[in-house]
Amino acid sequence: MSILVDADTKVVCQGLTGRQGSFHTARCLAYGTQVVAGVTPGRGGGTELDLPVYDTVAEAKRETGATVSMVYVPAPFAADAILEAADAGIEIVVCITEGVPVLDMVRVKAVLGDYDCRLIGPNCPGIITPGACKIGIMPGAIHEPGSIGIVSRSGTLTYEAVHQTTTRGLGQTTCVGIGGDPVRGMNFVDCLELFEADPETRGIIMVGEIGGTDEEAAAEYIAENVSKPVVAYIAGVTAPPGKRMGHAGAIVAGGKGTAQAKFAALEAAGVATVRSLADLGEAMANALAARG
Amino acid sequence: MNLHEYQSKVLFGEYGIPVPEGRIAATPAQALHAAEALGGEFWVVKAQVHAGGRGKAGGVKLARSLDEVEAYAAGMLGRRLVTHQSGPDGLPIDRVYVESGSDIERELYLSLLVDRSVERVAIIASAAGGMDIEEVARTTPEKIFTVTLNPAAGLLDHQSRRIGFGLGFDAAQSASLGRILANLVRLVHECDASLVEINPLIVTSAGRIVALDAKINVEDNALFRQQKLAAMRDPAQEDERERRAREHDLSYVSLDGNIACLVNGAGLAMATMDLIKLHGGEPANFLDVGGGATAENVEEAFNIILTNERVRTLLVNIFGGIVRCDLIAEGVIAAVRNTGVKLPVVVRLEGTNAKEGMELLANSGFDIIVASGLTDAATKVIEAAERAA
Repeated sequence: MSILVDADTKVVCQGLTGRQGSFHTARCLAYGTQVVAGVTPGRGGGTELDLPVYDTVAEAKRETGATVSMVYVPAPFAADAILEAADAGIEIVVCITEGVPVLDMVRVKAVLGDYDCRLIGPNCPGIITPGACKIGIMPGAIHEPGSIGIVSRSGTLTYEAVHQTTTRGLGQTTCVGIGGDPVRGMNFVDCLELFEADPETRGIIMVGEIGGTDEEAAAEYIAENVSKPVVAYIAGVTAPPGKRMGHAGAIVAGGKGTAQAKFAALEAAGVATVRSLADLGEAMANALAARG
Repeated sequence: MNLHEYQSKVLFGEYGIPVPEGRIAATPAQALHAAEALGGEFWVVKAQVHAGGRGKAGGVKLARSLDEVEAYAAGMLGRRLVTHQSGPDGLPIDRVYVESGSDIERELYLSLLVDRSVERVAIIASAAGGMDIEEVARTTPEKIFTVTLNPAAGLLDHQSRRIGFGLGFDAAQSASLGRILANLVRLVHECDASLVEINPLIVTSAGRIVALDAKINVEDNALFRQQKLAAMRDPAQEDERERRAREHDLSYVSLDGNIACLVNGAGLAMATMDLIKLHGGEPANFLDVGGGATAENVEEAFNIILTNERVRTLLVNIFGGIVRCDLIAEGVIAAVRNTGVKLPVVVRLEGTNAKEGMELLANSGFDIIVASGLTDAATKVIEAAERAA
């Protein structure tokens, strides 16, 4: 078992004919992911990596039955690409593209409410169910099928968590990189809910960062709804407050958003937190052992 | 990207948001001419720097004669202004903005920004302008009015009225404020502003609403479609090393410690700083070479790090995903050779081709310390810093 994607998942790649799209899709195919088509407006009828290319997502979905889209479309066009996928009936959109303007994402989130569609990202490494389906830019080889669900805002920190659970023989059910942008698709809470419901996931690692209040929201959710052991790390204890202009950001944050505030909220919710990134794997192993 | 007050006020003018008349000046003589041209009996001379808190720091002066305008300008231009938001080194004052004095009856606070918790543009207003607004928000949150905008509906009249009456306006003034708010919302969307802050927004004794200050931040991700605003960038207001790093697709922030870090990925770069601190060391910088690290940008990263004289040792921490560790190792060796760095360099490589990378480093002939894991890397680099201190 896993969450969201498995060996049967059929994937269409928006932006397949671009440099990033074709480079990473080749690696997804080599991992065994069922990428079945590409979409590049104006390039319909052609092929790339031996895959058929369509002008629209709707056409690609109709012809191939894909349910997931992986988006490498350049930032100026990414918002439209996400909504095109949603409108075509795609169930999960994984947007790897970085640098999407935040006001574009504000509009995307408002419109996505009209569809039964989950968005992962943008500015994220993607999602992987080890041994079955890799959708994104993560290095496949460090993953191992197993029992830990991982959700993280940071790309390379996800890889550290994966590496430590692999070397300890725990492995992963599914790893979701939700991305670090201020306005994004799935959040910690969405992933926690799915991991809690997944029978194969025995423990959950969440990796957060300073900024925003999503880790605080996750802490509240865990206290009420999550029975499985959760281990958390927050990056940015030593990050300087940063030069800033004006006060509006601080008024909105209202004292939340620091690493200390996030650690405190998670600990109050019964989450095992680690102050060193190096301790994630060990803490997870200990938490599982304590549950027997 | 931050705009200066005078640039922001030009934009306000274009969007029909009332501002006092003003002129920009780069010399005391220009400031004098600006005041003469503006006329009137008193003027405000304002240092143009990218930081708030200018008034308390002596960067905003009320002049009651032309001589005073010239004297205040001479006192500011060519100096650096240190405010609570500028950092300890302050920011250079290359220009002053000379403005006609305003007759102030009330001072209000108004800002617009993307509120990430609700994923919408929010308008924040308070009648307690001119004061420490963060303190007001903390101690008396009921004095802060916030409305958030549904992107499909935009600013609704009742939301404007809620702010207007909340600020104590009558119906006519509330309607004037509504027009200003609508224009500000248009500005936010058309200019991709991630922050617009007016502190204070004033009411004159004649009842007119005027933006006395203006802070605008344009979102970096949107600069590709904001060419006119991108051209307003003032490199003098930016940290030299941070600017140089950005030109090479690196992300760098200076800190006070003596252990330099070179890391791929922003999250891992923060975690590496945290790890050094946790083990008793002090990081000298944040440096993210990005997901697509290359030998060239590793060498440029070394160059930038080594301009910081406090640095006693370097920690390279790379998790090779798409990036191959053997290529990074070659980049580190080339950087050590080409920069002639004499400081100890500790390297931790993990992920794709990590073993090959470590072998290259061990056989390089340079004194590069290879670490076997995060904790080992932190311990070794702190030991090296203590020896070098």
